[in-house]
Formats: sequence, C-alpha cells, structure tokens
Amino acid sequence: MSKAKKEIFRIGAGTLVLIIAVAVSFPSYLNLAFFLAAYFIIGGDVLWRAIRNILHGQVFDENFLMSIATIGAFFVGEYPEAVSVMLFYQVGEMFQDYAVNRSRKSISSLMDIRPDYANVKRNGELVTVDPEEVAINEIIVVKAGEKIPLDGKVIEGHSLVDTSALTGESVPREINVSSEVLSGCINLNGLLTIQVAKEFGESTVSKILDLVENASNKKAKRENFITRFARYYTPVVVIVAVILAVVPPLLVPGATFSDWIYRALTFLVVSCPCALVISIPLGFFGGIGGASKLGILIKGGNYLEALAATELVVFDKTGTLTKGTFKVTEINPVGISDTELLELTAHAESYSNHPISQSLKNAFESEIDNSRITDVEEIPGHGVKAVVDGKTVYAGNSKLMEKVGAVYSHNKTVGTVVHVTVNGVYAGYIVISDEIKEDSVSAIAKLKACGIHKTVMLTGDAKDVGEAVAETLGLDEVYTELLPVDKVEKVEKLLAEKSPKGNLAFAGDGINDAPVLSRADIGIAMGGLGSDAAIEAADVVIMNDEPSKIATAIAISKKTLRIVNQNIVFALGVKAIVLAMGAFGISNLWEAVFADVGVSVIAILNSARALRVDNTFK
Amino acid sequence: MKKNYRLNDLGCANCASKMEREISKLEGINSVTVNFMMQKLTIDAVDESFDDIMTSVQKIIKKIEPDCTIKM
Repeated sequence: MSKAKKEIFRIGAGTLVLIIAVAVSFPSYLNLAFFLAAYFIIGGDVLWRAIRNILHGQVFDENFLMSIATIGAFFVGEYPEAVSVMLFYQVGEMFQDYAVNRSRKSISSLMDIRPDYANVKRNGELVTVDPEEVAINEIIVVKAGEKIPLDGKVIEGHSLVDTSALTGESVPREINVSSEVLSGCINLNGLLTIQVAKEFGESTVSKILDLVENASNKKAKRENFITRFARYYTPVVVIVAVILAVVPPLLVPGATFSDWIYRALTFLVVSCPCALVISIPLGFFGGIGGASKLGILIKGGNYLEALAATELVVFDKTGTLTKGTFKVTEINPVGISDTELLELTAHAESYSNHPISQSLKNAFESEIDNSRITDVEEIPGHGVKAVVDGKTVYAGNSKLMEKVGAVYSHNKTVGTVVHVTVNGVYAGYIVISDEIKEDSVSAIAKLKACGIHKTVMLTGDAKDVGEAVAETLGLDEVYTELLPVDKVEKVEKLLAEKSPKGNLAFAGDGINDAPVLSRADIGIAMGGLGSDAAIEAADVVIMNDEPSKIATAIAISKKTLRIVNQNIVFALGVKAIVLAMGAFGISNLWEAVFADVGVSVIAILNSARALRVDNTFK
Repeated sequence: MKKNYRLNDLGCANCASKMEREISKLEGINSVTVNFMMQKLTIDAVDESFDDIMTSVQKIIKKIEPDCTIKM
C-alpha cells in the first residue's frame, strides 16, 4: 500500500471512530475515551512530529501549533471540535501535497526534453548508451521518432526535425548533410547519422535544463518579501495568542479563561504562513516553466518580475529586428529585362567573395557559367568590370558610374545599390539589403499594445538605412552610426529618462552587445540557440529569432504577477479576517482551519495556472 | 565549489526556507538555495572545508525536518 493510501485509510478509520463518538451517547468517561482514540488515530503523527521538533529546538512549527490548538480545545471541553479540526487539518494537508505534487509533475513534464539514450557507432556496431558516455567526434545514429541526444553535425541522411521543445516553434525544420543539429530536438522521419560536437554536459539540452531548474534560485522581490514576512508572522501571532488567552480573563470582569483560550486557539491555527510560502514561489516557477515551453528562457524569478514593469524596449538592429543576411530586394532595369540585368550582374560579380556578390548569386539561382566571363577586373572602392558573353559590364556604386561617365539615377532606398552599364549604356540598378524579420512589425505593435511607452533602435548602420527600417517598423526613436561604446552611452541616457519604477529592456543578438545587455535592467538575447555567449550574458534568452516573443514574455510576466498578487491579497486577507473574528470571539476553529490549509490549497491551485501558457500567448 | 543535491521527503515549504537561512549562517558558505519545488539543494562553499560544511548541513536538515534526507 502506498504512503498516501495508508494515510487515507488511517484518517478514514479515525473519522469512523469520531462519528461513533458523536452519534452514540456513552457515559462521559467512555465518550472522552472515544474522542481521544479518534484524535490519536487521526493526528498521532502530527503530535509525534511536534514532540520531536521541540526536542530539536524547533518551536513555532506547524505541527506544534496544531497540537497545542487541538489539545487546548480538549481542555476547554470542545472534544468534537478538537478532533474535527485535526481531521480537517490532515485532509487539507493531503490536498496540499496532492496539489504540490501535481504541479511538480507538470513542471517536470515541461522539462521532459532530456534524451535517455544515444545510439553510438563503436567498432562497426551500433550500441545504445547513456548520452553522458558519448565523446566528442563519435558517430551517433538517430532514428525517426527519437530525440537527438547530443549537439552535432549531420554527416549522412536528411530529415525534418521538431525543435518545438527548444524553441516553441511548431513548424519542423529541414535538416540535410552538414546541418548543425541540437540535442533535445525530435527527428521526425529520416535516419540521421551525426558526428557529435559537444559532450552531453555542454550540449544545448543540458544547458536549457540547468538554466530553467536554477531559475527559481534567483528570487523575485515578492518572494523575498514573503520569506521575511513568514519569519515574523508566526511568532507575532503566537505571542498575541498568549496575551489573548491570559490578559482579558485577568483584567476584564466576567471574562472566562475557557472563552479566551478558545479565541487564542483560533490564532494558533491561523499562524502558519504556508499558503504564501508555497504558492508564491510556485507561481514564479510556473511562469518561468510556461515561458520555457514557448522557447523563452527567463533566468530568474527576479527577471520575470522585472519584465512586467518594462517601460522602454531598446533594440539592436542587425540580427534582432533584421535577419542579418543580405538579399536582393529590388531590380530596376533600364532597357533590358529583370532577369538579364540580374544574370549579367551576377556573372560580373561572380569572382568576388564579397557578401554582395553572394547575394546576387543566390538571387540568380542558376549556376554561374565561368566560361562566359572574361577579363575580370576589380576596381577597389568602386566595383567590378568584366566581359560577359562578349559584352563589357561595369557593376558598382555611384562613384563607378561617374568614373565611366554613365547617366544614372535611383529612388531613395535602404541598402546597397549596384549600378550596371552594359557596353557603355546604363542598364539599371539592383538593390541589396538586409531583410526585416517577418514578425518585427507585429513585435513592435504588440509591445505598444501591452503598454510599452517607447521603442528605440540602436544601430551601427548608416543613417538612411537605419531610419528607413525604423520607419517601416514604427519605432519611436532611432540612433544610427553608433559604435559599440556609443550604444552603452545611449542606453545609459535612456535609463536616466525612464521612471524610477519602470525598467529598460535591451534586446540584441548577443554578439558584440554583452556590455549593453548587462547594463540594461533586463538583457534579452535573441536567437540563443547554439550561442553560448548569448545565454551567458543575458537575463532572458529567446531561443528562436522572433522579436515578437519579447511581448509574449512581458505578457507571461504580467499574468504571473497577477496570480502572485491575488494569492498574497487572498491569503493575507482571509487570515486577517479570521484573526479579527477570532479575537472578537465570532469565528471558531473550523474557520481557522480553513484559513490555514483551505487557503493554502486554493492558493496552490491558483498558482498552478501560471504554468499554463495557452495559444493566446503565441 | 558549487554542488547540487537532491532532497528526499522535503515536505514543507516553510522548512525549506528555514533550512536555507540556517545553512547560510554557516562558516564558508558563499551561497545556498533550498528549492522546495525542485526538491533540490544548491550549495556554493569554499573548497577546503566543503566536507565539514556538508556534515553541518546534514545536521541542520535533520534538525528542521527529521524525515528529510539528502542524497549524496
């Protein structure tokens, strides 16, 4: 029989004895014997723990207080109440344990991303081992439906992998030979052969688990408040109870000891701060766990709490709001077709390994035929000259156009413009620029909707590029052409602008902006997958590269704080009311037990809501 | 040195914070957290006397919650 079942059985038996004692009219001494029997069956363990703890010098502990309260009730002659209060207390504790266990289970199911085994190739054979036993550069095989146990590089096979456990992203990612794969992802269909790049302890899945498990070690202000409160609350209530039991009967004429001792007993029952001590940390833990399910790692309760007070969000541009990869965004031919212009330019630039020529090649899509190109000549600071299919092509910036005497023009654009002449005639231009991420616009809109006062972008990029991006996204302020040092300075200035209680969050991609990340109230690193530096430097890590997750994190923070505040107000409120009623002799021990364990159970169930992050957050 | 331990049968949240308070008073402790939800003890203490500290930690845990055991 399990521990919990035994407990239920024992309490059931005690309850039966209690019912007999109440229902049957025995002679008074036998009556008391029945009540005492029921009392010891139900609450024997509480009494035993109380005695043991006193021997250890632990007074004011829950068991002790309940024992005193119920023994006191016996002394003032309230037998049925003494036993029932103990019964209620035990049942309440059982519910409380159940609720805590359930929350624990749902938390551990959130963290059920730990791979149990790895299929490793050793001496030509496939053996199944613990992921911890696999060394770097060993070859592992992951079958369809299995978790990828360690970070590595695919050397054979292609497949779709489900990264949702890490990123919260539900669309599977396509994986081919030489793709990097991360532990914790699930291989959906193909067979993957992977060369291990990191030991288990250093792999992504271990890092994430470590981070989430340790997040509750960094406590929020509200948690610290409750801890401090709990330290003083119990002794104060107990002292008041003693005064209540002794002083009025001695001073007030007509006041009886039995009445005032009874009132004091209600105090003792309410004096445990358990409802708060359990439910508040549970709320924060739930919020952190829920966020991690959506691919947002929050490194502590304090940061989760701070997020709700975000007033200002400062973004880095490249890699945060934009993809950081360059792409052909505009083709404006003059006198020839789009494809012709692109084809000629891509060929002319094909010998360069500049990012621009790379993006031209990507846009062209077909193979570059080297035999079509002759006489390539790079003109530093200007561009390139080449003969393609017998035509002389110049491709480069406006300086090059002036040099060759071409008449050119272009619209106001963001990004790098490549002008082209063919056989001395201007043939138009191609614009290459950094792409704005798909969800950047909605990210800014969502932040505004959730009450952020100001959004700011800092970038090292050119003025017209930065300002155009800021305008497209609807940012409030933009500062361009900044060096890394200037970024820190700007953030300092913005920190001085905000209200004392508000927070400034800085979101960057974790590269080069570690000083700013640590200077901000909340440092948010984007695209944390695989980047150790980002995980290290930031307070919040967004696992995929969606800036809209910042608004999600703030929403989770607000929801968590709402739950935590509800619990604080509810638990303290009920206790205060019952204490006041107890002092005036209106409330009885039943209500006091409710104010203790009943409130606890309700507060725990309420906190468990913090774990649930449903679709509204996505 | 920083180490994690599992606590078995840590039944009471208030006791967890009491343990944390008592342990943090020990000589040589840099930081300590008793995580009630995860049933985990995280200790950061000076290397030289780590074993002695752990003996005292066990005593404190026994004193506050006699049923609770630390899994070494």
